[in-house]
Amino acid sequence: MTALNFAAAINQALHVAMEMDPTVICYGLGVTDPKAVFGTTANLEARFGKARVFDMPTAENAMTGVAIGASLGGIRPVMVHQRLDFFLLAMDQLVNAAAKWHYMFGSQCSVPITIRLILGRGWGQGPTHSQNLQAWFAHIPGLKVVMPSTPEDAKGLLLASIFDPNPVVFLEHRWLHNAVGDVPDGDLRTPIGPLRLARRGGDITIVAMSYLTVEALHAIRYLETRGIDCELLDLRTVNPIDWPGIYASVEKTGKLLVLDTGYGTGSVAGEIIARVAMERMPSLRCAPVRLAMPDVPEPTSFALTQGFHVRAGDIAATVLQMLGCELADVAEKLPEPIPHDVPGSWFTGPF
Amino acid sequence: MNVDLALRLLFQMQRIRRVEEEIALRYPQNRMRCPTHLSTGQEAVPAAIAEVLRKDDFAVSTHRGHAHYLAKGGNLPALIAEIYGKASGCSRGKGGSMHLIDLSVGFMGTSAIVGNSIPIGVGLGLSAQLRGSDQISCVFLGDGAIEEGVFYESLNFAALRCLPVLFVCENNLYSVYSPLAVRQPSQRSIAGMAAAIGVAAATCDGNDALACYDQLREAVAHIRRGNGPRFLEFATYRWREHCGPAFDNDLGYRAEAEFLAWQAREPLARLESRLLAADGSAAPRIAQNLAAIEREVLAAFAYAEDAAFPAPEAAFQGVYCE
Repeated sequence: MTALNFAAAINQALHVAMEMDPTVICYGLGVTDPKAVFGTTANLEARFGKARVFDMPTAENAMTGVAIGASLGGIRPVMVHQRLDFFLLAMDQLVNAAAKWHYMFGSQCSVPITIRLILGRGWGQGPTHSQNLQAWFAHIPGLKVVMPSTPEDAKGLLLASIFDPNPVVFLEHRWLHNAVGDVPDGDLRTPIGPLRLARRGGDITIVAMSYLTVEALHAIRYLETRGIDCELLDLRTVNPIDWPGIYASVEKTGKLLVLDTGYGTGSVAGEIIARVAMERMPSLRCAPVRLAMPDVPEPTSFALTQGFHVRAGDIAATVLQMLGCELADVAEKLPEPIPHDVPGSWFTGPF
Repeated sequence: MNVDLALRLLFQMQRIRRVEEEIALRYPQNRMRCPTHLSTGQEAVPAAIAEVLRKDDFAVSTHRGHAHYLAKGGNLPALIAEIYGKASGCSRGKGGSMHLIDLSVGFMGTSAIVGNSIPIGVGLGLSAQLRGSDQISCVFLGDGAIEEGVFYESLNFAALRCLPVLFVCENNLYSVYSPLAVRQPSQRSIAGMAAAIGVAAATCDGNDALACYDQLREAVAHIRRGNGPRFLEFATYRWREHCGPAFDNDLGYRAEAEFLAWQAREPLARLESRLLAADGSAAPRIAQNLAAIEREVLAAFAYAEDAAFPAPEAAFQGVYCE
């Protein structure tokens, strides 16, 4: 067990995978540059060579197809893009080829590729450097979609993704890269599918994903002082979704709040609320609620992003309302941090 | 003339032609219920490919892929069964005419999205290079795919990494009903553009099987020696409608005179007449081949028509690899 930040945990997972399996390759724009994709690809080229670790042309679509073809030829590619938004050029290869090759050809071959996409936020990332489009990927049968929130899960889920026989979209939030936690050494596999019970509680079920798990923990700590006992489920994967895990918690608490880093309409949170309403209506003691991004492109200006994102204060206030409690001092105790557009003092942009 | 080679090329073309024409004949029976794109008139290039690729080489193709599948050695009854939607089809009935595969001969799949299989073929080439194998990867594409961005991206990467990829572009002048003239500048050549990207390229008469063979054999040898990708543009012509069994010159999108001019240069008769001029004694061997093809094709259709459909629950199986 070693204390690592999220980015270092990803780097360790890549080193472990490439050491264990000579068919694993790693490429993407910036993989071998001095910044090494926020440190996540550091020292891979020096250790495993230029054939297996390489920078690539600015050709997201073809390079996704190259990964698919290479995987059909016995290679396990891991691609990375510094923003999810850049990868939208590759939706044809992802949706029409990677997600289909196994089914469409009668289960005779599969596409074991991992696509790491970094989710931006704050520091003026703006309309095209900040999109959390996990719902797009989760909508496609044949894809698995992973959204870890802790360094341990980042490592364990990345290794599981790399060695999964299916295409996996691995979504890592830029605001988590510096989050530190204990990470088991060596090979670590976290199964793709089961959620993580981040906190046990009886009053309300909060389902969160990726960075919003962190905001939820801040809210829960405050709510504890108000005598409210929240259960926090860290979804970890948004396709597949751990329905039994969600249902079991809702049956216990009777109340559901879902947090989503993406736009609200057509969101993963919307799917979770719909399924819970259809399958567990008798368990619900109040209307389920979701907190997600407004259906608006993220603006760039420092002034325009104030109060724009879901924060611990919003989560705590929503829980209080759902439980019929006074808001009291929630706004004073959980203000939006100043400055609001960075995850911490470590983050000084530019992206 | 190498008579044995010419006979083999003619056999491949006659076999492809006979399969495609039997599909066209039976398609109106409504038992082949999927979009189907025939290669009638375009048999020379795949026939030559059959002669120059090894079984362990890779190939990927397009919506118009029957001929390429057969040229690579793909199983014929499984092809027909797939078009009929049967469980014993090459894709278990999940893919249809536009999604063909035969892993046992390195035929790695076809895509119904224009340009979609180009980078996949390049990736297969990368896998061969990474494994230190001397396999090559053959990418079939048409003139429409040249207009997709992924074409440039793929050729760029193949050239950059000196990958063992053979790009086989069959330019049949039409993308559905849209002629080349409304899609690409008339003074610009497709092969020239591939060369400008850095992939050695040439053009060839795609209705002359012997010429196709000579060009492809040289290109494959070049690639197999580790000299990087090659691009060949073959001029050819689709006889029947873009999708489906009919002739469609009545629609007016192409001139009857153009069609007749291409039909006069059709690849089977051209090779057969040259073969017979070189060796009159080949006639009985040609007749034997035709009889064998007839038996094989009719047996494949009988097999496909009799084969079982997949069980209904198969629709919900195989989304993920376990």
